[in-house]
Amino acid sequence: MARLTPENVTLAREIIDRYPRPKSALIPLLHLAQEQDGHLTEEAMAHIAELVGVTPAEVLGTASFYEMFKMEPVGRYMVNICTNIACLLLGGEELLEHAEEKLGIRPGQTTPDGLFTIEDVECIAACTEAPCLQVNYRYFHRITHDEFDALIDDLAAGRRDDIPPHGTLARVRQHIPPERKAGSVVPEDRATPVWIAAAAAAEEADA
Amino acid sequence: MAITDAPKIITSRFGYDDSHTITRYVSTGGYQALRKALEMSPAEVGEQVKSASLLGRGGAGFPAGVKWTLAPADVWPRYLVVNGDESEPGTYKDRILMERDPHQLIEGVLLACYAIGAGQAFLYVRGEMALAQERIAEALSEAYKAGYVGRNILGSDYSIDVVLTWGAGAYIVGEETALIESLEGNRGMPRLKPPFFPAAKGLYMQPTIVNNVETLSNLPWIVNNGGEAFAALGAEGSKGTRMFAVSGHVRNPGVFEVEYGVTTFRDLIYAPVYAGGIRDGNQLKAFIPGGGSAPWFFEEHLDLPLEKATVDKAGSMLGSGAIVVMDDTTDAVKACLRLVRFYARESCGKCTPCREGTTWLERILQRVLDGHGRPSDLELLMDVSDNISPGLTWPPKQTTICPLGPSATAPIASALGRFRDEFEARITMAEEARTSVPVELKAPSHA
Repeated sequence: MARLTPENVTLAREIIDRYPRPKSALIPLLHLAQEQDGHLTEEAMAHIAELVGVTPAEVLGTASFYEMFKMEPVGRYMVNICTNIACLLLGGEELLEHAEEKLGIRPGQTTPDGLFTIEDVECIAACTEAPCLQVNYRYFHRITHDEFDALIDDLAAGRRDDIPPHGTLARVRQHIPPERKAGSVVPEDRATPVWIAAAAAAEEADA
Repeated sequence: MAITDAPKIITSRFGYDDSHTITRYVSTGGYQALRKALEMSPAEVGEQVKSASLLGRGGAGFPAGVKWTLAPADVWPRYLVVNGDESEPGTYKDRILMERDPHQLIEGVLLACYAIGAGQAFLYVRGEMALAQERIAEALSEAYKAGYVGRNILGSDYSIDVVLTWGAGAYIVGEETALIESLEGNRGMPRLKPPFFPAAKGLYMQPTIVNNVETLSNLPWIVNNGGEAFAALGAEGSKGTRMFAVSGHVRNPGVFEVEYGVTTFRDLIYAPVYAGGIRDGNQLKAFIPGGGSAPWFFEEHLDLPLEKATVDKAGSMLGSGAIVVMDDTTDAVKACLRLVRFYARESCGKCTPCREGTTWLERILQRVLDGHGRPSDLELLMDVSDNISPGLTWPPKQTTICPLGPSATAPIASALGRFRDEFEARITMAEEARTSVPVELKAPSHA
């Protein structure tokens, strides 16, 4: 619960290696730390700063800009209820109120058992499926109050192992096979791309 | 006939349960365009896209083929950045394209990079879209393994890495310079244009082309069928097909791919094959034609075709293809407040008129809604709006670096312009409550 684990450091190095500049890996690495600990710890952010070659303050500067990064522990399940326009029109606010009653907490708060946090969120791109919500960024479309209750009960009873704990985003990671990797192109690499140069040469030969 | 039988260009595989797999993609013509392009010169591929007159599908509608030519000649390396940060209120199309047909997008990326000579591509997916990230990660792994991505693609001298990357929750990152800042590991705050036009000074200050997911998803079809075949569909100035999400108070909300520029709002909202009309036999009150940032349209705009220039001229925009329908049960003040609150929450804080202005607009609207409004509030709303977007013209002027601030003024100008009486009624109620004489209390009888 602090610095990144050795496995995650290996993963972090692989991620950093995909970018021309290490700092570009910052957001994916912060997600990795959040996946490890459920939220962002100071130690993990300091470790990321070391890996990327920036100061811890720079890491915090970036992390604090983005809604998804949590600086304090949150529930195992982050329940994000959309109340933006399309959902508002079809009961998003009522669904949020229902959720507050069901869980006994207000948006931004976590249930005492540490299971649920609710958030009143902005448009999550499921407008034709309103009212909608996400649990740990997994979608639930056109959800009724009864369906909401059933979902919460299932989550509380551990019946939804298709939803990983908060912090885990994609469970499938990009892996570039070393023999197929073209390699990062750093901004200092001024060479004309091979296929562009070849096309120009062919054109010249034709002319 | 406005409901046309134009081919499905980008949603053609949506009927298959396994539309996201490489097996399905290849068995339905996938990666043929890449093979074809490798037989062509990069310039020829660029010409096909230019002749298709494909307008960017992210919001601004700039011609993609022209955008590609804006990078200064012979300045290398160049980068391609894919904008998959779909967050505009009402918008739902890029997410489905990423989840349901990730290979189509990847092939589009490969075609674009081949044409512009990109050294590396970054596919930036919105942070909240876990499934899209999984599907793209899986698709990229398959495509690398099959030789479509990476070193010496299909045995040619064309090599490129496509890197899946993702955000962490910030609407502003959909703005291309903010997206680049985010991709550099920074806070997602927009850069000033000029000088930071991405095509000239983008990622790491190198020429960078930023294209939207839907835009790139069109490229395989264009290369396979030719730019002219694409341009044969749609109206003058709005070619091909386009995805529109129709949400809100309609019977059959959905995402529809229709011929661009030909179908009318009435078709899309009322036709049984599309959204099927207003729910519960109610009447139309207003609709947003192109996402939360677009000025509202009303009954009299229903017969306009979904064509860029026509909608621009009528005072709004098709933006991100998001149509939100409000029936006559809708509270205009509440709908307006909810949209304005979105911009207030999502303002990055860099420019004062936006940071302070959107915050005050939200506060004033909230007190009007709550019954504490003052008679001067309506004028005040317009005044604050005017400080963010002088004159409240269309297209909007701005005192800010990016269009987020001015976007907050659109719902205010629309709702106040059309439904002023609803705002006034709430303020009158508040005034009456404030000035009414309390009932005189009698002295207790036991005194």
